[in-house]
Amino acid sequence: MLSQQDMLEAERHGKQVRSIYVYEAPVRLWHWINALAMVVLAVTGYFIGKPLPTMPGEASDNFLMGYIRFAHFAAAYIFAVGLLGRVYWAFVGNHHAKQIFRLPITNAQWWSEVFFELRWYLFLEKTPKKYVGHNPMAQLMMFFFFTILAVGMVFTGFALYSEGAGLGSWQDSLFGWVIPALGGSMQVHNLHRLGMWIMMTFVLVHVYAAIREDIMSRQSLISTMISGWRMFKD
Amino acid sequence: MTETFYEVLRRQGITRRSFLKFCSLTATSLGLGSAAAPRIAHALENKPRTPVIWLHGLECTCCSESFIRSAHPLTKDVVLSMLSLDYDDTLMAAAGHQAEAIIEEVKKKYKGNYIVAVEGNPPLNEDGMFCIHGGRPFVEVLKETCADAKAIISWGACASYGCVQAAKPNPTRATPVHKVISGKPIINVPGCPPIAEVMTGVVTYMLTFDRIPELDRQGRPKMFYGQRIHDKCYRRGHFDAGQFAEAWDDEGSRKGYCLYKMGCKGPTTYNACSSMRWNGGVSWPVQSGHGCIGCSEEGFWDKGSFYDRVTDIKAFGVEANADTIGKAAAGTVGAAIAAHAAVSALARARNSNSHGQPEKQEEN
Repeated sequence: MLSQQDMLEAERHGKQVRSIYVYEAPVRLWHWINALAMVVLAVTGYFIGKPLPTMPGEASDNFLMGYIRFAHFAAAYIFAVGLLGRVYWAFVGNHHAKQIFRLPITNAQWWSEVFFELRWYLFLEKTPKKYVGHNPMAQLMMFFFFTILAVGMVFTGFALYSEGAGLGSWQDSLFGWVIPALGGSMQVHNLHRLGMWIMMTFVLVHVYAAIREDIMSRQSLISTMISGWRMFKD
Repeated sequence: MTETFYEVLRRQGITRRSFLKFCSLTATSLGLGSAAAPRIAHALENKPRTPVIWLHGLECTCCSESFIRSAHPLTKDVVLSMLSLDYDDTLMAAAGHQAEAIIEEVKKKYKGNYIVAVEGNPPLNEDGMFCIHGGRPFVEVLKETCADAKAIISWGACASYGCVQAAKPNPTRATPVHKVISGKPIINVPGCPPIAEVMTGVVTYMLTFDRIPELDRQGRPKMFYGQRIHDKCYRRGHFDAGQFAEAWDDEGSRKGYCLYKMGCKGPTTYNACSSMRWNGGVSWPVQSGHGCIGCSEEGFWDKGSFYDRVTDIKAFGVEANADTIGKAAAGTVGAAIAAHAAVSALARARNSNSHGQPEKQEEN
């Protein structure tokens, strides 16, 4: 429904205006802050689990793990607050801002377009369709591998943070239940790390798909996340 | 009428001075401050001793071994006298039907007013026949004994979580006490074994204040299990500095650097080892140069190697750690992307060769 409407809108406007304003400023700002936070989180997180080689000298002269953990926690707060802000924007922003939070799973047309996109990526379709927002396939991927996963990372992350913050801290009150629910602290550590790998694998796909679609499909992608305008090439 | 604790102590020749010293010591070790010492003394002087039935299920008796080694000789004597330990088949002299009759007697005489301390757990497979107590499955004895109890203490990892006998594949279906008994306050005191002073501390608290200590989400007393080993570890400074032992015989190991890279489970284990230590404060695992193995955490036998921090996750019949799975996934997807990009470039090149302007074709 949404995508079909998008398609028509794109086709109609494509011939006349050749560009549509899609991503509003807060969405774009969030996207890049979030991307930066994720890079910091993944790198520092990796080294929290598997620390760097031991530091020479006195313990009092070094604070390497302390700084790495600080960077991780600081980036985590930015990531979490950003996610909250993004959820808020899904309510007040334009309809494209809602896409990564809501899948039109009851819409048969949408599903057929998911499979169309799948065929396009499998080289079974010669010409891609036009979309103002995410294509249905991308929307599906974003929903599971970003939105759901990000929420999971925030919950497991704050649960782990609550172990240091201590019993009775707000992190413990809100997220402490996650630890026994998932089978203990060690298990949560492992799942949080696995989540990082899934997220990073998704980042690979996301960046590749954006570059590829920018080149091969009939609309702009990367510049859209900078300027907010979707340009149509035909 | 049952004797008070103080009467028992005096009868055993303990001086009032020693008694008061014990009260101060207990108050301090419980973290209650000096003001609590007179309250402990008052409680011990006035309260009748609470009868305790100490049951042994599927276990190794390490909890009892720990318990009877409570730090100071005086404390040990006091603790053994403090409890009216009416039944403990490992420690008691009586045996056979006479011994079993004591359980019935306590149940009748102190209905709703005795404590059941459980060491080990009941196996449920084959109708509980893997652990027989007095000719009957232990699970039956446990249920009957707990029915009229005031509270239940689950000693050690066995009673709290299942421990090694419940490790996968758990052939006897050894089950933690709280999954068999319901409707009673249950205090989990995990550890393999728990620290002696933690055990006596929990009992002392319950007898002194006549209530169970404040528990966390997993039913553990907050005062002993509220923080991780890591939070109070004397090697924490080396962790924050990024100074680690990387092998058992390297320079860092000799210098007493953090054992995190050697798989220490201190950051994921809730216990009082790093503050109370063991054997009367003589030492504890990390101090003796070996990382914590996380024995007071649920299912610690099934949480992967004791010598890795990123340990195996077992799910869907696979067993691999997050890094192995992650690197394999990222590698596979990366290779797939490279292949896909190559095919895309090829398709695009072929398309523009054969059709010139591919996008024009689709206009209709």
